[in-house]
Amino acid sequence: MKLKGRVWKFKDHINTDLIVPARFLNSSEEAMLARSCFADIRPGFSEEVREGDMVVAGANFGCGSSREHAPVALKAAGIRGVIAGSFARIFYRNAFNIGLPVLECPEAAAAFSDGDVLCVDLDSGRITDPEGDIALWAEPIPPFMQDIIASGGLVAHTRKGLGQRGFRP
Amino acid sequence: MIPPMTITEKILARHAGLDTVRPGDIVRVDVDLALANDITAPLAIKVFHALGVTQVFDPNKVALVPDHFVPNKDIPSAQQAKGMAEFALAYGITHYFRPGEAGIEHVLLPEQGLVKPGDLIMGADSHTCTYGALGAFSAGVGSTDLGVIMATGKTWLKVPPTVRLLYEGKTGPWIGGKDLILHTIGRLGVEGATYKALEFTGETVRSLSMAQRLTMANMAVEAGAKNGIFAPDPVTRDFMADRSQEAGVFLESDPDAHYEQSISIDVTQIRPQVALPHSPDNVYAVSDIPPVSLDQVFIGSCTNGRIEDLRAAAEILEGRKRARETRLIVIPGSPRVYLQAIQEGIIETFLRAGAVIGPPCCGPCLGGHMGVLAKGERALSTTNRNFEGRMGHPGSEVYLAGPQVAAASAVLGRTGGPEEL
Repeated sequence: MKLKGRVWKFKDHINTDLIVPARFLNSSEEAMLARSCFADIRPGFSEEVREGDMVVAGANFGCGSSREHAPVALKAAGIRGVIAGSFARIFYRNAFNIGLPVLECPEAAAAFSDGDVLCVDLDSGRITDPEGDIALWAEPIPPFMQDIIASGGLVAHTRKGLGQRGFRP
Repeated sequence: MIPPMTITEKILARHAGLDTVRPGDIVRVDVDLALANDITAPLAIKVFHALGVTQVFDPNKVALVPDHFVPNKDIPSAQQAKGMAEFALAYGITHYFRPGEAGIEHVLLPEQGLVKPGDLIMGADSHTCTYGALGAFSAGVGSTDLGVIMATGKTWLKVPPTVRLLYEGKTGPWIGGKDLILHTIGRLGVEGATYKALEFTGETVRSLSMAQRLTMANMAVEAGAKNGIFAPDPVTRDFMADRSQEAGVFLESDPDAHYEQSISIDVTQIRPQVALPHSPDNVYAVSDIPPVSLDQVFIGSCTNGRIEDLRAAAEILEGRKRARETRLIVIPGSPRVYLQAIQEGIIETFLRAGAVIGPPCCGPCLGGHMGVLAKGERALSTTNRNFEGRMGHPGSEVYLAGPQVAAASAVLGRTGGPEEL
């Protein structure tokens, strides 16, 4: 699968409190969460973000709280992929589970700026810009996670398994 | 012959039905206890229903604890709490805690004997790693994973490599588990243990109480770790004996187990610690920083809301008053902690010191309610995270410390240690 989108650039250690501040956790509705996305660190994000945009960030993206509201908010806001230097483990797992592709690429944050257009091939991990000036490789997605994506997220993967004998979630 | 394993590897192998596992293996494991709270359960329940199943895998192995926004702070949080209560009733969840029974999940479950050595516990809360204090494997997950676990009782895990932390020496005055873990996170960094197991070992930790161990394991995730774990020992056995019919399964790392890294920590040099804004790894001795004035001090949370923590704070606050311009909020971590604090006269000490006492819940830790900070305000807190805006306005600041430093700072009206009083 290939994605192309406008970049929203963030620093290292973007924690899930910054993605969805806790005061908005009194709801799990997608539209409400989309409106709260980056509310404090990037006011106006939820009005300006467009369907298909991408987040590019530094190291340890999604650290802190386990709140799945964070990747849900990003996806509901229109973000179609996150490329970061590294991810905190709970966020990484949550993102795949809800069908938001995330890729690890330590060089991406230095190569892209806010508003740039980024192209990524999820199958190969190739990250480029439309002009062809940038060519980076992301860490390949582990085969086990690819299975979950291929099924359409963990719920679909599990539903499929529940119908089979010897189910392995 | 079975190759040597760490305690984390042994627990994962047992729950995967395997003789042995190695770091990097992806294993399917049986879950002994699945936990969610009033913020994460609503999403997990949606997932559970989307799966089309008709029952939870075991009504005795699911714990639902309303603790984040309770007593309900507004209409949407009331709706979430109600949905969780209805789910608990409909599916016969044994360990659903009603208001008056509930406390902070990670204070409550060990206290109730619901987590045991050798168990594998998955919780939709990042501080689920707390139960490693008992010699269990426990890790935080998101709501989708938790929803699937509620339905199937199983999940998949990648076996983490283990970093051994070796604590040596006798601690100085006023040093508790919070100081040891803040010091450790300061050394490791907030992503120093990402995806890894932290194993707390050494002569120093053997003499730590269970409360101190719970404080330390609680913050393993602040270094990015998947789990933090202590080998169970006589302290664990005594703790379990008071709370459960079952002692659990006592495992320990083999002497020749493989560690990705071993880090020695000489605790004799550690002085009362504080983490400055806005990161739990921004750690200094409180006596080494220029003092800053404080608008609020909070004592409580899943990190430091146990009776031992309240006792430590009360010892310093006894006969003293908080500074006039500094608010002091104390929240016992569970109804049992609250009652004991009343019986020991600790609550009276706090009230006489000028504290506000909150009902058992997460309180201001995550900026939800009961002590939210205004723009430009500064708090010192016994909690685990001091991210930008964590306790309120994005322009507020949080300093993290243990209960002794918190109590002393409340009296001083600024950051400072107990030795200054």
